[in-house]
Amino acid sequence: MVLTGAEIVIRCLQEEKVEYLFGYPGGAVLHIYDELFKQEKVRHVLVRHEQAAVHAADAYARSTEKVGCALVTSGPGVTNAVTGIATAYMDSIPVVILSGQVPTAYIGQDAFQEVDAVGVTRPCVKHNMLVKDVRDLAASIKKAFHIAATGRPGPVLVDIPKDVTAQKCEFAYPKSVAMRSYNPVVKGHSGQIKKAVQLLLEAKRPMVYAGGGVILSDAADKLTKFVKSLGFPITNTLMGLGGYPGTDKQSLGMPGMHGTYEANMAMQYSDVLIAIGARFDDRVIGDPAHFAQVARKIIHIDIDPSSISKRVKVDVPIVGNVGDVLDEMIKLLDATEERSDPDALATWWKQIDEWRARDCMKYKNSDEIIKPQYVIQKLWEVTKGDAFITSDVGQHQMWAAQYYKFDKPRRWLNSGGLGTMGVGMPYAMGCQFAHPGSPVACVTGEASIQMCIQELSTCKQYRLPIKIINLNNRYLGMVRQWQEFFHGNRYSESYMDSLPNFAKLAEAYGHVGLEVDKPGDVEGALREAFKRKTDLVFLDFKIDQTENVYPMVQGGKGLTEMILSSEDL
Amino acid sequence: MRHVISLLLENEAGALSRVSNMFSARGYNIESLTVAATEDPSMSRMTIVSIGSDDIIEQITKQLNKLVEVVKVVDLSEAAYLERELMLIKVRATGKDREETKRMADIFRGRIVDVTESTYVIELTGSATKLDSFIEAIDKSLILETVRTGVSGIGRGDRILRI
Repeated sequence: MVLTGAEIVIRCLQEEKVEYLFGYPGGAVLHIYDELFKQEKVRHVLVRHEQAAVHAADAYARSTEKVGCALVTSGPGVTNAVTGIATAYMDSIPVVILSGQVPTAYIGQDAFQEVDAVGVTRPCVKHNMLVKDVRDLAASIKKAFHIAATGRPGPVLVDIPKDVTAQKCEFAYPKSVAMRSYNPVVKGHSGQIKKAVQLLLEAKRPMVYAGGGVILSDAADKLTKFVKSLGFPITNTLMGLGGYPGTDKQSLGMPGMHGTYEANMAMQYSDVLIAIGARFDDRVIGDPAHFAQVARKIIHIDIDPSSISKRVKVDVPIVGNVGDVLDEMIKLLDATEERSDPDALATWWKQIDEWRARDCMKYKNSDEIIKPQYVIQKLWEVTKGDAFITSDVGQHQMWAAQYYKFDKPRRWLNSGGLGTMGVGMPYAMGCQFAHPGSPVACVTGEASIQMCIQELSTCKQYRLPIKIINLNNRYLGMVRQWQEFFHGNRYSESYMDSLPNFAKLAEAYGHVGLEVDKPGDVEGALREAFKRKTDLVFLDFKIDQTENVYPMVQGGKGLTEMILSSEDL
Repeated sequence: MRHVISLLLENEAGALSRVSNMFSARGYNIESLTVAATEDPSMSRMTIVSIGSDDIIEQITKQLNKLVEVVKVVDLSEAAYLERELMLIKVRATGKDREETKRMADIFRGRIVDVTESTYVIELTGSATKLDSFIEAIDKSLILETVRTGVSGIGRGDRILRI
């Protein structure tokens, strides 16, 4: 069958079972938009800024096990999308971005809306390609979906010049992809896996440290089974929340800069640490030299060999897909009666419980002023811990991660790696499209929300009943906190003046807006919001301006050098 | 430590910039980089000389392997290997320097490939250190220009890098 390039693009998306295509039209992609118009299988979502298109596609992928897909035009369409692409890249999220390009004959001539899309995005994609010949188009798109979803996932950009979308060729969608240069490992080395299991069974102070790889590999059930059968303590990173039930007693909460006291102490003083789909990044272990002061054996499971022994030296590296490796480990555990020394494990748990007794997450609630932690706790109660929660970046992100206990994977969507302010609402959009009828809340702040506020319009167009939980402290809260701790209370440019009336702003976009400034009204407002099943409700909580996120490990310090409360300052 | 890393990669537009971009983005150092197609024109062979601790070199090889267009990576300097670099060096050759330079070129098994009344162009092949030694050995003030290709490396004996 002979088709035009534009028809081929749409057929490929249909073959890949793309439900939603998040995008924004423009000159270079007009042929593609014309073909979109003529069919109904791929539903296009018109965002208000290309950054949001990629974020929404990213969230669609994060909240499902599928690949997200976005379409943008050439030039500014691509440059606007870069933040979205880099965000997905840092968190290893499978997204395919199709970008328009000026006609092949114009490339390199500084044509209108021309940008070297492949060059601009190269450092923040897993792979990208410019399709110069319509005969390569179908194979390139197939490759893009394959590369995005396999191995360590990531965004892939396919740049398509306008003339290629008009040219015709015979269409046949490739059934499979074979690349001599790209064959990601799946199964781990069985000898290494045996060695790891042996080490775990001999451990006196074992600790499981699980990251986003568990979520990406859809291995939460396996991880839970594995940890339960061993009776070990576990900590889930910011990206790994929900990979193990957060309400379970073996869960020590999140590790790292704003992690719990018990998780950080147990990471530091364990004798065998198993890292599963996590990468020992600076926000988790702080100073690697300080972390290395305590001798411990480290087992590291990761699909990406370059993540292993990058920041800490690993004793038992296992390169493979987390799910497959855990399967192997569970099989080995099932086949043996041997378990860790129960006395040693009991002593270890006794120590952990002493750390836990510090109750590092306690905060002083107030009857007068709303505490942000209280809002998140109520949000958790009102949604019965079962909502999809997206967040922006800053203090509210940390409070949401700390006080909303995630029991299931893919329920917590945030920009962990790049730390992109503005992702919250587009993430909620992508998530709501993927899960119509499920409660989706965006925990944000008055600064972050304004970075993609225009998407309130998209939410109206598609009737997305998102609940926006705006923790409004009139400050760039995390910046203000660092300035208070480390810059002598000089609040340089961190105060937000001339804020809009968010409730009215939401109303102007056709939504429901509510202002809440009394602690006594928090729960009622949340209940009211979630009762409105068809409305987007913008809850503007006026919170305590001076509240800080605790515990805190200062950047560059050791994991156990925590500030637990204002008394430690 | 100096390492000679050899890789096979798809001979595609942009593959070279993907490699060089990775080095600059991650702050790794490139002493030299050479690349050309192999006997199979769909594949290029690249030799990169880099200086770094064992940890850094390990990361470099891992990061190179991660690039979708890279087929195979090997650290040649881990075992027996050969390296060669070609240099063309133009020197002033007048009076007594003419004879002296010719003699020096012979000692280093260089060839004079261009001669004028006042200059020679000497072609010299060898390891990077041999080329360095030649530059050291001749009078600096005679050098008009030098151009070096960068190192190409290959494993000795049964060490073969192919798919």
